[in-house]
Amino acid sequence: MNTASPSNQSPTVADTFLKGIWKENPVFVMVLGMCPTLAVTNSATNAFTMGIATTFVLVGSSTLISLLRKFIPKQVRIATYIVIIATFVTMVDYAIQAVSLQLYLALGAFIQLIVVNCIILGRAEAFASKNSVFQSILDALGMGIGFTVALLCLGTVRELLGTGSLMGMRVFGDAFEPWGLMVLPPGGFFVLAGWLLLFSWWKRRSTTEAATAGVAMQRTGSHEI
Amino acid sequence: MSETNNNALQPKSASTWQMLVALGGISLISGVLIVLAYETTLPRILMNRQRAIEEAVFRVLPGSTSRATYAIEGNAVRLLQDATHTGPKIYAGYDDTGALMGIAIEAAGQGYQDVIRVLYGYAPATECSTGFTVIESKETPGLGDKIGLDPRFLANFQGLELRLDESQRSLKNAIVAVKQNSKSNPWEIDGISGATVSSKAVARIVNDSAQEILPIIRQHLRQIETQQ
Repeated sequence: MNTASPSNQSPTVADTFLKGIWKENPVFVMVLGMCPTLAVTNSATNAFTMGIATTFVLVGSSTLISLLRKFIPKQVRIATYIVIIATFVTMVDYAIQAVSLQLYLALGAFIQLIVVNCIILGRAEAFASKNSVFQSILDALGMGIGFTVALLCLGTVRELLGTGSLMGMRVFGDAFEPWGLMVLPPGGFFVLAGWLLLFSWWKRRSTTEAATAGVAMQRTGSHEI
Repeated sequence: MSETNNNALQPKSASTWQMLVALGGISLISGVLIVLAYETTLPRILMNRQRAIEEAVFRVLPGSTSRATYAIEGNAVRLLQDATHTGPKIYAGYDDTGALMGIAIEAAGQGYQDVIRVLYGYAPATECSTGFTVIESKETPGLGDKIGLDPRFLANFQGLELRLDESQRSLKNAIVAVKQNSKSNPWEIDGISGATVSSKAVARIVNDSAQEILPIIRQHLRQIETQQ
């Protein structure tokens, strides 16, 4: 009995963390935060920095909101969430300027616009305001990593095709003709559509496989009976 | 009826005092966090900005190893000791022997998307530009941002003529951008097809700045040469 209880509990902790990365990926499944997803994924470095910055804001604001969830009256919760989120965005803004001015200029207004990223307010309202600090941190980390991975998926493809390099390093030889459109906004839409197509195909295939496996099992089961 | 419904929906209505305390308390925490972040990062941010300008100055003034910053005040120039001055500035570059190699001039103007800030080098001895770099721009990635990346476009500024006329009050020939591959005079900038607006904006920014600043520099060249 004792061995059964941790195995019953551990999936919930792992689920809280993993759902943001795969099952409820903010970009590929929930299709949230499209503005930075399309705007700053013109290079892998920009995409990665944006992902990390958003993860920091997600974790910071989720922690504080979860800590203060019993103290915040329902009527003013959205106002307080926005103040808390804006605080962490301002901190990230300073941090990126301190790390690299070049990176800061490349990301432009999109750092400040993390404030209105619906993933963050969404997680605050749907999860952090109702769950313990530990659970909220796990959820925020999962969602943040899921968002970063999604941005990197777009960023690497766009940079490779659009400039022939990855993280600023040349990958293809001089013979490669860069597909300039890929680093422009339409390229963002095309690559996002490609990834969404791949994801839904994958999902449909696994559901069909599961269904056929279930039917097959039922058949073999009925034969045995 | 509606009042009773509202009450049923919100059984535990917080008092005004509770809301004020929550909002006030959270604003206080936010304030402290922001001040902490600002104070910790400020020295690094200032250092980064300083380094970015320094690198840009040495990039547009090849051969220089030290520099002096001057503020432009009306028709006069004044040697600055610290970098906190906010007005228009020029940066003089000197080689190891202390000889003036050139002067880097900061200029800004409207581009296609937003303001473009550039730095270009001016060699008083040859009355030509020595280099050009974009400090800040939000031009379209892949098209307009070529003004800071395209080596063919940047090569325009190696020896671009910035000669003053006899009166020493304006340029002899205004700087203009021409169609790609049709540059025929040393004061023309070979444009970028696909980034016409951005390349024309650069020509306009450099021209406006040179028309205004170069006469002042020529007037005070002796002062800059002796680092006073």
